[in-house]
Amino acid sequence: MSALKVFVPRDAAARSVGADATAAALAAEAAKRGIEIDLVRNGSRGLLWLEPLVEVEIAGRRYAYGPVQAADVAGLFAAGFADAANPAAARHSKALGPTEEIAYLKSQQRLTFARVGITDPTSLDDYLAHGGYRGLAAALALKPAQIVESVTASGLRGRGGAAFPAGIKWKTVLGAPGDLKYIVCNADEGDSGTYSDRMLMEGDPFVLIEGMTIAALATQATRGYIYLRWEYPDAKRALEAAIQAAYAANYLGGNIQGSGARFDLEVRMGAGAYICGEETSLLESLEGKRGQVRFKPPLPALAGLFGKPTVINNVITFASVPIILDRGAEFYQHFGMGRSRGTLPLQLAGNIKRGGLVEIAFGSTLRELLYGYGGGSLSGRPIRAVQVGGPLGAYLPESQFDTPLDYEAFAEIKGMLGHGGVVAFDDTVDMAQQARYAMEFCAIESCGKCTPCRIGSTRGVEVIDRLIAGENASAQETLLRDLCETLTYGSLCALGGLTPYPVLSALNHFPEDFVQSERRKASA
Amino acid sequence: MAKPPTSSESPPRRVIPIKVEPASSLKAEERAAVLAACARLKELPGGLLPILHAVQEALGWVPPDAVPLIARELNLSIAEVHGVVSFYHYFRSTPGGRHVLHLCRAEACQALGAAGLEAHAKAALGIDFHASTADGAIRLEPVYCLGNCALGPSLMLDEQIVGRVTPERFDEVVSQARGSR
Repeated sequence: MSALKVFVPRDAAARSVGADATAAALAAEAAKRGIEIDLVRNGSRGLLWLEPLVEVEIAGRRYAYGPVQAADVAGLFAAGFADAANPAAARHSKALGPTEEIAYLKSQQRLTFARVGITDPTSLDDYLAHGGYRGLAAALALKPAQIVESVTASGLRGRGGAAFPAGIKWKTVLGAPGDLKYIVCNADEGDSGTYSDRMLMEGDPFVLIEGMTIAALATQATRGYIYLRWEYPDAKRALEAAIQAAYAANYLGGNIQGSGARFDLEVRMGAGAYICGEETSLLESLEGKRGQVRFKPPLPALAGLFGKPTVINNVITFASVPIILDRGAEFYQHFGMGRSRGTLPLQLAGNIKRGGLVEIAFGSTLRELLYGYGGGSLSGRPIRAVQVGGPLGAYLPESQFDTPLDYEAFAEIKGMLGHGGVVAFDDTVDMAQQARYAMEFCAIESCGKCTPCRIGSTRGVEVIDRLIAGENASAQETLLRDLCETLTYGSLCALGGLTPYPVLSALNHFPEDFVQSERRKASA
Repeated sequence: MAKPPTSSESPPRRVIPIKVEPASSLKAEERAAVLAACARLKELPGGLLPILHAVQEALGWVPPDAVPLIARELNLSIAEVHGVVSFYHYFRSTPGGRHVLHLCRAEACQALGAAGLEAHAKAALGIDFHASTADGAIRLEPVYCLGNCALGPSLMLDEQIVGRVTPERFDEVVSQARGSR
């Protein structure tokens, strides 16, 4: 009899709630009972409230149990989880049934995350067995311009937040003269409430490498960097192991799959600067400098890293490319709505009962996400505000929960979808404090190049403090709005330019929170 | 013909000291670690950040005295290297703390009580951010997102992320860290 296949995620989120101890307990308990197991440390399925999620494969089908702490392991064996036909195991309080039948997962359209949670992220063979490198094979049969055409036709837009069409960026780089061109992956996922890049890099690192390699073929670039934030040490290990395996099998290096094409790739670590998620400051950082924003033009596509033509895209953007090449632009384009095509991996975070990764086509609503998937707040109290798109995204009140998840629809309500982070707050939130924090964060993370961002953010904290203290409140509000206008129009990049989004949305939608103390004073 | 003056009859030469060897105040092993990091990584394009990472990994911080040495090795000005060290929150210019505890302050963790946890952490350790406990066991640093936003509030002890941190769980993590080297 072959060994029983058991899966325990090695994803950092799963590890943060005890997956390593669970894996060790499983191995020990199996040994004690004389059951031979093949323990695979997979990526996370993204059902994060169920982590550590243990799966066992029986007759080719995977059955899930979760959350399984180390202390639960002996009980699972005792209930016979090694034998799914055993009704006692199916009735176990941790039993979730066949993994693929779990509604949260079944209703998703996992294109970019197709393999995450399923394969062993350290195994190139596993990647190949699950459709890996088919996109590259297709790309190798095409001319660079045809690859670019395919990406353009798919409608893929940059998933980092700015949503710029990927194909147009690539076309510019392909057309730019230069003996040396770069492919840079922005893996500086600094937005609070987002973790899709991390999950993908830890759970399926090869798909990112494949996507970047296709980008290199498409633009005739030969060198690549993944700029990864230091907060993701697990992703660093996963990527470096995968890069090594890809080199060993000629998926990277001087002669990719016998085509004669060269592409070299390495991981570089950031050092805790939110601003380095902005593409030009990331390039400065990669060059070994302070991460200060550059003026544009020149565009990075023409003069990027070390002054050379550079494709710079987010992790999810690159990772979406292999399936486009494999299945065709039309297949991908078929998902989504309006000008937002394909799928977006959304991330449910904050005060939410069922937090996790939800990859669905554009066009669903926030309400569906928060209540259908998320199940409401974790605290059980009403959800009062939701911040979508990271620390520079707007705070949305319940009246806007029916907004379709689409780049343009969010822009219309002065919000942004950004990188797809959705952070829920219950009714205990003090929105004046959230607005204050947005200014404080801008002050901490400003690169210092523009005055409105560098100084305006500090002044913003002070004005909000006076406003909530009720010192001549209406004059403070006028001043705050004026300051926000200066930030919006006087900043070079999105940090200063978008900090007014959370501040003004809090002020406009939740004005009562800003007059609390004044009221308190009046009633005292 | 006048004989050139010999050393015995000329007045003693005035020597203006020029510090040719930077970072002389570093301990020998610290100096060796900095030089080793530079030697290994200075050929990398944009190698300064990798070098600073290597120095901090080896020494636990980036001593201000290492800056002139790194500048010399990379042929950069001291100001350029200092500018980079001070720009990035992750590089620490003060020593201390056998373990580094990064506590998340960002929105997703705020939604689950990060502010209260931060107050608890500072009170329990008796320190503010960027400082180390009196016994030298724990250094407390803020961090803005660990990518564990569905399972907050979160912290990172050295390289291990811990999710769903309650004040009790925080105390457990700290006492375990104190018990280990």
